[in-house]
Formats: sequence, C-alpha cells, structure tokens
Amino acid sequence: MALDSKVPKGPIKDKWTDYKNKINLVNPANKRHIDVIVVGTGLAGGSASATLAELGYNVKAFAYQDSPRRAHSIAAQGGINAAKNYQGDGDSTYRLFYDTVKGGDYRSREANVYRLAEVSANIIDQCVAQGVPFARDYGGLLDNRSFGGVLVSRTFYAKGQTGQQLLLGAYSAMNRQIARGKIEMFNRHEMLDVVIVDGKARGIIARNLITGEIERHSAHAVVVASGGYGNVYFLSTNAMGSNVTAGWKIHKKGAYFANPCYTQIHPTCIPRSGDYQSKLTLMSESLRNDGRIWVPKNMDDVLAIREGKKKPTDLSEAERDYYLERRYPAFGNLVPRDVASRAAKERCDAGYGVNATGEAVYLDFASAITRYGTEQAKIHNINNPSDAKIYELGQKIVEAKYGNLFQMYEKIVDQNPYETPMMIYPAVHYTMGGVWVDYNLMTTIPGCYCIGEANFSDHGANRLGASALMQGLADGYFVLPYTIGDYLADDIRTGKISTETPEFEAAEKEVKDRIDFFVNNKGTKSVDYFHKKLGKVMWDKAGMSRNEAGLKEAMAEIKAIREEFWKEVSVPGGSDELNPELEKAGRVADFLELGELFAKDALMREESCGGHFREESAEESGPQKGEAKRDDVNFAFAAAWEYKGEPADAVLHKEELEFNDIELKQRSYK
Amino acid sequence: MSGFFKSSIGRKVAMALSAFFLMFFLIMHLSVNLLSLFSEDAFNTASHFMGTNPLVQFALQPVLIIGVVFHFVMGFILELKNKKAQGVAYAKNNGAANSTWMSRNMIYSGIAILAFIILHFIDFWIPELNTKYVVGDMSGMYNGEMRYFHELVEKFHSPLRVGAYVIAFVFLGLHLAHGFTSAFQSMGSTAGRKKALQNFGKAYSIIIPLGFIIIALYHHLFNNH
Amino acid sequence: MNLTLKIWRQKDSNAKGQMVDYKVTEISEHMSFLEMMDVLNEQLVNSGEEPVAFDHDCREGICGMCSMYINGEAHGPDRGVTTCQLHMRMFKDGDTITIEPFRAAAFPVIKDLIVDRNSFERIQQAGGYISVNTSGNTQDANSLPISKHAADEAMDAATCIGCGACVATCKNSSAMLFVGAKVSQYALLPQGQVEAADRVKNMVAQMDLEGFGNCTNTGACEVECPKGISLDNIARMNRELMKASI
Repeated sequence: MALDSKVPKGPIKDKWTDYKNKINLVNPANKRHIDVIVVGTGLAGGSASATLAELGYNVKAFAYQDSPRRAHSIAAQGGINAAKNYQGDGDSTYRLFYDTVKGGDYRSREANVYRLAEVSANIIDQCVAQGVPFARDYGGLLDNRSFGGVLVSRTFYAKGQTGQQLLLGAYSAMNRQIARGKIEMFNRHEMLDVVIVDGKARGIIARNLITGEIERHSAHAVVVASGGYGNVYFLSTNAMGSNVTAGWKIHKKGAYFANPCYTQIHPTCIPRSGDYQSKLTLMSESLRNDGRIWVPKNMDDVLAIREGKKKPTDLSEAERDYYLERRYPAFGNLVPRDVASRAAKERCDAGYGVNATGEAVYLDFASAITRYGTEQAKIHNINNPSDAKIYELGQKIVEAKYGNLFQMYEKIVDQNPYETPMMIYPAVHYTMGGVWVDYNLMTTIPGCYCIGEANFSDHGANRLGASALMQGLADGYFVLPYTIGDYLADDIRTGKISTETPEFEAAEKEVKDRIDFFVNNKGTKSVDYFHKKLGKVMWDKAGMSRNEAGLKEAMAEIKAIREEFWKEVSVPGGSDELNPELEKAGRVADFLELGELFAKDALMREESCGGHFREESAEESGPQKGEAKRDDVNFAFAAAWEYKGEPADAVLHKEELEFNDIELKQRSYK
Repeated sequence: MSGFFKSSIGRKVAMALSAFFLMFFLIMHLSVNLLSLFSEDAFNTASHFMGTNPLVQFALQPVLIIGVVFHFVMGFILELKNKKAQGVAYAKNNGAANSTWMSRNMIYSGIAILAFIILHFIDFWIPELNTKYVVGDMSGMYNGEMRYFHELVEKFHSPLRVGAYVIAFVFLGLHLAHGFTSAFQSMGSTAGRKKALQNFGKAYSIIIPLGFIIIALYHHLFNNH
Repeated sequence: MNLTLKIWRQKDSNAKGQMVDYKVTEISEHMSFLEMMDVLNEQLVNSGEEPVAFDHDCREGICGMCSMYINGEAHGPDRGVTTCQLHMRMFKDGDTITIEPFRAAAFPVIKDLIVDRNSFERIQQAGGYISVNTSGNTQDANSLPISKHAADEAMDAATCIGCGACVATCKNSSAMLFVGAKVSQYALLPQGQVEAADRVKNMVAQMDLEGFGNCTNTGACEVECPKGISLDNIARMNRELMKASI
C-alpha cells in the first residue's frame, strides 16, 4: 500500500483552515449514534475524549491506571510552548513552526508542524478557561520562560508541574463528560488488541485488570493515545507501566510503525546507583543554564574519586575537563539535548565516569554561585567580601532559581548539591517515533487513529523542550475532533457495532490464548529478567550512538532473548485476578518485538539525525569533525514499517518529506 | 439551609458554634466563681442574680442546656460516623508523628468532661432546682444568711471531690487546647492557624481550667476550718 | 541491610486478609522503598510465590498512584514525599517494617496493598471542573488578568496528586483536604467563581455519600500530604459551603 499523507494542497498557512472548512461533518443528532473508543487518557487521550464527548459522540475511554489523572503526561515539568507572542519578542506561528522543524533535524512533516504551531495559541486560551493555574506576573498576566534551542520566550508554565496541571485540566473536562454520561470511563483496563471488521477498526479487546475478565468493546472508530515506548530500554524516565502494547497491537493488525529509532535521550537525569534501579528521574533542562559540566582530566583522579579518596571539590580548575565548553565553545553547556548526551557518553565510555557505575558526570554550580555571589556583594555594597560571604549570597540566588530541583536531588542521592557537584547522566526520555499517521492522524488502518507521543509526526528526529505537552493537547483538543468527523460522516447509517461477530471472537481468542500461555508456562525466569536483558542490549547497541555491527548484533540478540522469553518466562498467579506480573509479561512481549524493529530501523537509517546518531555518519574533517552528519539526499523520508510476522521481515515504506517553506540546514553548535 | 446542617461540614460548623457558646459560658462561669476568692458577699450577690434572674434562668439556661446536650450528642454521633468511615483498623498507626494527642482524643477528654458534668449536676444543679422550683424557696437564704458561698465551701470539703474536679479540669484543658483553634477552622476561618490566636487559645485552655482548679483547692485548703 | 517486613496480604476484595512476615537481605540504602519491594517480589517470583501487589507508576512522586501505609504513616516516615521517593536510608539494619494498605471504608482493598480510590473520581465528577467547552473559541488567555497571589495560591491547591494519603492518615478517614484543595483551586480563580456555589455543594454531598468521615482538624493530613497541601484549603471549603448555603 502506498503511503498517502493526505496533506491538503495550498499555501502552508492556509492548509488547515481551508481543510477544516471543507471536510465532512457529522450532524449533532447523528453523533449520538456514533461510538468512539479512546485508549489512553493522558494529555492527548484525555483531551480527545473530553472534546469528542462535548461534540456529542459516545466515548469509551480506557486507562490502565486507576484514574486518568495518573497518566505519565503528569510528570512533564518545564512547560508548554505556544506562539502567543505575549512577550513581544518577535514570536509568531511561523517561528514556532520553524524552530520545531529545525529542532527535529528536518525529519518531521512540515504541514503537521505548521498546524501544531497554528493551534498552539488556542491551547493556552483553552487551559486558562479551564482553570489551569499558569504562572503569572505581578500585573496578573501570563508569564513565560525560555527554553533550549530557541530565541524567544514562549513557554508557559505552572511551577515545575506544568504537565500535571494541564493533565488535570483535561481530566476535569473529562470528568464533566463522565458525569453527563457522554464518556464511559474504564479505569484499570488495558487494551490487548484491536478488532478489524471489513478492513475498518471497529473495536478493541480489553482486559479488566482487577477481575482479569476479557471484554469486547465496539465502536465506529478507535483512537490510540497510549504514549511513548521509552521503556523498551527498561530504564527510562517513563512511568513503570508505560508501554507500547496498544501501538504495537494496531501495528500487527496493519498500522505502519514509523521511525522507531528516533529516541530522545535527556542529558540531565540522576544517574543509576545500582542494578536494582527501576526508574530514572529527570532533572529539568533549565539547570544547564547555570551548571557547568565536567569530568576529571586525569584518570588517577577519577579512580581516587570512585574509591572515595578524593572529593570532586578537591580538584583544581586545571584538573577538570569541562568537555562541553572545550568541544563546543559557542554553545558550551547549552548545546541541544542530543549533543550534550552523546558528549557525556563519550567521556564515560572513555572511562572518566565519576560514580561507582562509571556512568555519571558532574554538573557543577560552584562557578554560578561565586558569580551570583560577587554580583550580589556589589549590589549590596559589601566591600572585600569573604569567600564564605560570597558563597552565601550566591547560594541564595541559586536556591531561588532551582531550589526544588536541588531538594529533589538531595532526597534521591543524599548529597547536598550546594556543597558538592551534582552527578548526572543521560536517560531515555521521549520517543519521537511511533505509529505512522496521515494529516488526519489516521493510521494505515481505516478508522484507527493515533495521537500524542504514540504517533510519529510532529517532532521529527528530535523534540524541543516544552513541545510534547503542546502536541498532545493540540492533537486531542483541536485536530482529531475535526478530522475524525470526516471519516465518521460515512458511518451515520452504520448503527451499533455488534461484538457478537467472528472478528471479535477471533481477536478475543487470540488474547485469551496468550494470557493462558503466560499463566501456564512452566518457566524459570521472571518477566523483569527479560526486560532488563532487553534494556541492556538496547542501551548498549541502540542507545545514544549506534553502528552497523552493533545494530546487527542487537537484532540477533533481541531475537534470541525473545525466543528464550517465550520458553522460560514464569508468571505466577492466575489470569482471572489482579496480576501485575501477567500485565508486565504482555507488555514485555511486545517490547521484545518492537526492540528488534527499532534496531532494524536504526540500521536502515545510515545517517545521523537528531536523536539518532550513526557513528558511520559523522563529519570526517573540518571544524565539525566528529559531529552528526545528516544525509538529506538519501534519508529525507519517514520510515514506515509494515508488519510481516517477524520484526526482521518488516517491510519499509517511505514517506518522502518535502520542505517547501523551510530550507534544510546543518545544525552547528561549535 | 437545613441541607447545610445535614452535611458533614454543616455538622462541623454546628459543633463549632456550640463550642463557641460553651467557651463563652466558661468565661462567665469562671468570673462568677472567682469572686468567691475575694468576697463572700460579691459571690453571693452574683450567684443570687444568676440563680433568680428570669432572663438567665429561662432564656440563657435552656440555651446552655441545649448547647451542652447538642455538643455531646453531636460529638458522639460524629465519632460513631467517623469510626464507621475508618473501616479496618491499622495494625500499626503512628498518630503521634503527625498530630497532637489532644486532637486525636477529643472523644475521651469529652467523656471525662461529661462525667464531671454529671457529678456537677448532682452536686449543684439538681439541689438548686429542688430548692428553687420544687420547694419554692427563691430567697437564696439559709439560716438567715445568703447560702451560696457556704454551699460552695461545703462542696470542696471532700478531698475526693476536689481530686475529681482537678482531674476533670485537666481534661477540660486538654479538650480546649485543641477545641479552641479547631472551632475557628471549622467556621472557615484560618485565624486559628495564625500564631496570635494559637497563643491566645493556649492561654485560654490553661487559664480557664486552672482558675477552676485554684478555686477548688483554695476553698479546700483555706476555707474548711 | 537486612529487614523484616510485615505486609498485609489479601487475595481480593472479598477475601479476609492478614499480615505476613517476609525477610529481605542486602538492601542498599540508596534504594527507594518501592525498589526494595521489587527485590522482595523478584524473590517471591523466583520461589514460585505470588508477589505482593502494590500500586505504583511514575516513581517520581507526581502520579499519586503509590499508596502504602508504612510503619503507621502514609507514605512512610519521611516528609513531603510519596512512597516511591522514600529511600531506604530512612531505615536501619535489622528494622521491622509494617506495610499496610491505605485504610478507609471508602477505599476498599482490591488486593494486598492496592485500594480502590474511585470514590475520589466520583467526587471530582460531581463538580471538580469548570463548565467550559474545549472548543478553542474561548477568549484570549490574557484578557482576564488574575492576581499573581490568587494564581499562586490556586496553584498550591492544585498541586494535590489525589493519592489519598490525607484520608489514610486521618483518624476519621475524612477526605476534606482532597476536596478542599479542589474547591479552593477553582474558588480562587475568577473562571471558577461562576459555578462556585454549586460546585462546593455537589462535591461535599458526594464526599458525604461516599462515606468519608468528618474533619476534626487534627492536622495530620497536612503533615503527611506529600505535596504539603495546606489546611487553609479546608477552612476555605467550609467558608465556601456556608456562603453557598446562605
């Protein structure tokens, strides 16, 4: 099947408006007869559920947690971008569009990104009307902060909990519709398959996670909003339950999966402290504004620090290697996320990691404290201040800016970051890849949509800070509710979809067979054993930097782990009860397939772009030596994979990316 | 409005309103009793006034009785409801980690106070009613003298009774130590969480019971020759 | 360190549960409490036993899913943290740790340490929203200035993660801190004031219907709340209800 992105004709700035004016609508009386299933209730799924219900559709929403409010969108800290230009600093829809495409290293679909930028301003209006308590200035107007990779202040925020507040906004809108009976909420339910009837998505099979009951749910359309798949690495900043299952199930039933190898690895996370670690915690990117990143210059010092014989503060300036400042004098510590992450890995791979695991670098605030302290001393007219005084004054400023993050760090690591440098290390954070969708956000299965982080379209090969929240809400509040009408307009005479059909029966049987296999398998190893093993292969061979040999090994190793999994996995407990191990088993089984496709995709993409760094594709000479080298001639396409059984047999479909409104350029931070 | 007092918050407010009334009454009561430390005559006059003034007797006194009964009955009702809301009890619960003993045990300090009030009724109130409204002697005289002061002194003769009084007032203090500021919070005022009012509350919850204790001890020690 | 764990085990909502003792060894002080539970569960799975079921998801203290009553305190002995952020350095080698589910009649146990908090959902559905359609045709966000003070205070109330520690801690199993926080967030903002009276009435009525107890102002909830939601929010809710009822 040829990919049709269905991008409307016309100038980019008019595409969305013109398209909306012309697409089919469903009249309000008919909407009452149409059901829509939404899987996942984070920012994208929650906002879509609420809006679809307001429009009059009957929505069935599914979440594996006990409440929509717990979706992992809640963990986003920094903020949400919107081209409001409230600061009058020259921001515009075009500029947000441009920054997003450039930040994505020219691997996103232009028309989708422009639409995203266009509706971004509406999101803020909408959220304020809902009672989201965004930060304000003393005049009572909305405040903005700036974020990495852009030249304007366009990020709206609610303390360090922007994701939480936006999600609670969408959740409140959902609650209003649940109370009206327009949304039927299925908490603690997990979608385990999609049901296709006559080529169209007509329902799902879900498991009630409390009773273990396998349920059939029918609808005229299915929307998957199940988030990203970062947990394929086992350790990530994702929630423990975050999974690819919904996305993977639709992939296996015909939805193409695009660019799985595009992963964002965030440079400022708290390092792993041991093998027991279950999860990584992100520290806001804003810390890099004042922190300097370094490792010791000499191996002796590294070893002494690891053995506890020396403290980082014992090292003189000359004994430190501020490697980002050394390699990227122009941007220094503020290079984009992917560059900063790779540089940290390079140093640690060379053996300079500063903690017991060898995977940590320092993020040092001492210079910032001294700089602020000296400035404060001048402001307060203190002559010849002592070092202690300067430190005290400086610490106050740093505390005001980052106090909550420092506190969080201290809680987790039990070290005072005012006195000793923080330790950080990159961690998997976001996946730009996902289910391929057209301009309508419909997958290659008619009637099956995919929104939010689960789809692939807007961030290209790298996502800018504060754009994930924007995309989730744009998809859910403003895009999908319109585009889905175009499809559903043909369904007004269909009537209720019966679940008593062979298609539902077959899908249900498949799901039940798999569950029965898990609970009956006499294996010897826990689900986590396999998940950790998969994670290690992914991290080592398909992590921050990738090469042909490693990716080939990864594919083979993942296949081997998968085969062992299906023989040796042990799942205690039964199928007809709450069984977290059984839930995990199903999710890990899907990660074990996705992982291999991921590696295959990374192997195919013989270029470096955004979060995907191929060692073979680096600048060989000149000032950019060693930096990522994009190949626009051969790889300016989105790679959409069609399922053919084994992940290794997946068939590639290319969606060529056309850039009519932006000139392709190399990113340089030297 | 009737719906309001059926709601959980309405009941809190009702508890707080009755509490405010009772706390005001305590000040009144203590003021009259304190007179007994300084002047027998003044005490007798005040007591006679309180005991015979129709406004006090037929307006304030019923309100007081209703207030007391309401505060106790509602207190018990809420306690039962709250017990039911708890469901299964914890095997291990470290209440001291997050709240004061007083706040967690209002029901027990309340029961102690109830026991005292029963004793107090038997001691003073029932004989009072008997004299005034059954016998019909509204003179306030006994053997040619005003009777109130003598009755007071008489009651504090027994060390057992004085001991019971002292213990009861300690419980009253504990009850007030939480109840005073709690009543403000229930009324929707955050004043009870401000230092000033908290200090005032502390002082109140110490001074009121201490006053009654001093009176009991004083008469027991110095007026019983 | 080596620890003895006394954990509430209960097969399902109808079963009778009991405390069961377990031993875990070589626990690192850098582990989070839930990672210690992972170690226990791995141990149980490997010996063919059913692992202890507990709620958890984000493991960074924001989703509100984790919900254990540890040594007599909701989310354990540390302050301002959820169980997932509680670290084993709060405990000593040889300690016995009692782990129970959040207890309240309105939070029935589903299994082991997992409780059903749908009562919170129904309270939110009764009025925890502003009735505005997500149409995108709302007025410009800056056309309604809101004082920084009110916005900040609303934000503080909105920080609630709905974990239920307040209920679990309260000797009366009262949900007033949770409800008060939501009522406050909207009452403090001009957008929320239009429906303020109906909102507080409906939410309080639902709260009562769910069988939560009455607030007696012990203040325990505020101390144990991982997000430090202030008791002022309960006072404000009381005020709002009085206002709405007059």
